[in-house]
Amino acid sequence: MKRREFILLPAASLGGVLMYTLSREPLRVQAQTGTTPGAIKVPLRFFTADQAHVIQAACARIFPTDESGPGATEAGVVIYIDRQLAGPYGRDKYRYAKPPFVDSVPEHGYQGKASPREIYREGIQQLKDFASVPVAEQDRRLRAIETTTFFRMLRQHTLEGMFSDPMHGGNAGLIGWQLIGYPGPLMSYREEIDKFHGQAFRRKPVSLAQVVGHPVTGWEEEKD
Amino acid sequence: MQQLKPVNVVIAGGGLVGLTLAKEIGARTSLSVAVLERGEPRKVSDYAAGMDELDYSLRYRMMQNLAEETSTHRHSLRDNAVPIRQYGSFNPGTGVGGAAEHWGGISYRFYPENFRLASELREKHGGRLPEDLAVQDWGVSYEEIEPYYWRAEQLIGVCGKAGNLQNRRVDGGNVFEGPRSHEYPNPPHKMSYAALLFEKSARELGYHPYPVPTATLSRNYTNPDGVSRAACAYCGYCTRYGCMIGAKAQPTNVLMPVLQKQKNFSLRTGCNVRRVVHREGKAEGLRYFDRSGEEFFQPADIVIIASWTLNNSRLLMLSKLGEPYDPATGKGTLGKNLTHQVSASTRVFLDKPLNSFMGAGGLGYGISDFDGKEGLDGFNGVWRGGNIRLMSTGEGPIASFGAVPPGEAKSDWGSEWKKAALAWHDRSINISSEAEHLAYRQNYLDLDPAYTDSFGDPLMRLTLDWTAHERAQGAMLGQIQTQIAKAMNGRPGPTNSRLLERYTITQYQSTHVNGGAIMGASPDRSVVSPWLQHWQAHNLWVVGGSAFPQNGSGNPTLTILALALRSADGLIDRYLKHPGELI
Repeated sequence: MKRREFILLPAASLGGVLMYTLSREPLRVQAQTGTTPGAIKVPLRFFTADQAHVIQAACARIFPTDESGPGATEAGVVIYIDRQLAGPYGRDKYRYAKPPFVDSVPEHGYQGKASPREIYREGIQQLKDFASVPVAEQDRRLRAIETTTFFRMLRQHTLEGMFSDPMHGGNAGLIGWQLIGYPGPLMSYREEIDKFHGQAFRRKPVSLAQVVGHPVTGWEEEKD
Repeated sequence: MQQLKPVNVVIAGGGLVGLTLAKEIGARTSLSVAVLERGEPRKVSDYAAGMDELDYSLRYRMMQNLAEETSTHRHSLRDNAVPIRQYGSFNPGTGVGGAAEHWGGISYRFYPENFRLASELREKHGGRLPEDLAVQDWGVSYEEIEPYYWRAEQLIGVCGKAGNLQNRRVDGGNVFEGPRSHEYPNPPHKMSYAALLFEKSARELGYHPYPVPTATLSRNYTNPDGVSRAACAYCGYCTRYGCMIGAKAQPTNVLMPVLQKQKNFSLRTGCNVRRVVHREGKAEGLRYFDRSGEEFFQPADIVIIASWTLNNSRLLMLSKLGEPYDPATGKGTLGKNLTHQVSASTRVFLDKPLNSFMGAGGLGYGISDFDGKEGLDGFNGVWRGGNIRLMSTGEGPIASFGAVPPGEAKSDWGSEWKKAALAWHDRSINISSEAEHLAYRQNYLDLDPAYTDSFGDPLMRLTLDWTAHERAQGAMLGQIQTQIAKAMNGRPGPTNSRLLERYTITQYQSTHVNGGAIMGASPDRSVVSPWLQHWQAHNLWVVGGSAFPQNGSGNPTLTILALALRSADGLIDRYLKHPGELI
């Protein structure tokens, strides 16, 4: 992709460190946009800057930043989605996408021709000025499309961007894992499995690259 | 097409079955064995970097590429089938080790009467059985297969506690199981909090909980082949992943270490078998494409089909070997008795954190008080039951997020939902069941008339739907699951029985799809003999879950492995001495 599009993300929220309390209360965190010395320019692989702003705003309503803790904005979910759509998943490299395409019963799930990239392009079309309308209006618009293939996909991708390993572009600074007390892909709980019964086992999370001691690349990096 | 130098034995499929047969033949004969595997090589050291929920559990990175090949599904003969375009109800494997690299390790035996189910049901229920029931006896008895179960359990190092040792009842094991000649090779695992809570509650209700038998090791273990593996570390990256320390039995860590030392064995990866070449009741070899797209013919004296269950039947159909089953007339055998397994689960919400990210594929307790023939008296129209289990399988942070008790949030997105989901995160777990799926005349396999794979060959078509019996099984199991959830002082969510209204391809149920090339005592009603030898070509063997006349309630892998070991004995000890149809 030759296009050079960027999205600006607040530096202090991306990669910010949170603590998680053992009583399972997530620490109150503000998105510190106002106090940052600068913002990070993240190059986009699939979205235009305008498209990214629409998706970022929609994800922020699905998984909001609020009194229960940080949300999709701080985790960089839009970067995660951008990379997924740019990669093999986005273009259906691993989905059976041969015709004929026939509408069938709900038990047969999505039978359409459109790839995730096409579903997003069309979905964003319907949300054009979404980023600039008040949040109550944003919620109303999302409520109106919440059973569509696009919205179900967006909701699922928002959770993936919150809670997948940071190598995929989301869960910045392991903020999602801290929020839920997930310690990361630790290799052993041999000593813990039969202890900590009824008690939360919470550690400062680590990423897969930290666990295995070398960089790991996600499937989205696979070349054609 | 390039014709290769003949080998003695050629095997289609480098998974658990194909490599087990290769190992047995290689260890006990001097025959040359070539295994053709369509996927890529794998080794245990690849797996640590695969501890990633997104790519491996949600994107199915170890499994068959559906863009190239999938199956189609329709509910009945009246419907048009559509392709299974994305992963859903089952997960076919590919690559060295096949689906047994990313299985969960649960290793049940089937019940003695499972092997003579048609006789059993006729004796018990006679004319009250549904007219479309197509269950058949297997042509092999539990007593005949028991030594092979024992060999299979030693090979992969199953952990558990016997409930029936040489007809002596042992409390703490599954007291309803068939007699075992030996205790399990390894003891049960350490247990999670949720599993212990289930065990206590089930016991107090008068049921008989037992540790779920599993092939992830509870201690370091060396099997009879001298292959050593390390004890499980409960990392939770188990089902849908390869085990990075080799604690879970996988063909790459159980079979490959032996095979690599065998001189007459060769494993060719990237080789996609397209046809069994046969003439006048004799298989002559396999035709395949390698990864560069070149076509080869590998002649062989003996041909073994050992691919994933549906692919076994498909290869026979594409090769025009055997008479396709016709559900209208009941004639033909190839493709009949397609079964899956009846899944029902209830989520239980508890007041304490569970650390659900810890665990292993089969770590937990089960009860079989409503399984097999047990406990069905109060449940009208249920002929066969299922297990009920709570297992800490290792839940990933993405898939486990968002479970809230009914009524806690109006939506599944936004602030209110997020707050509830965070409050309830890591405080819920599934009580799940798998019940026997009986065979019916209308559930079968044939080649799809419209959709093709990347080679242009027709896809396999599944005609499959649930009947009143499966819905009754699901209702029964859901009722008991809810009872146990309440006894655990938990809040039960709704039972996921909607899945049983109509067969659904969008939600994972299990990879336990069976039948299509079934075994039996008579060529009129089965595709392969009780030794899994093809009735129409005695030098062709078709081994795998495809041979099940109908499904049991336990996970089928151990039974598949036991049948493969028995097949190997038939081939080596009998067939090689007197080539022909084994009696």
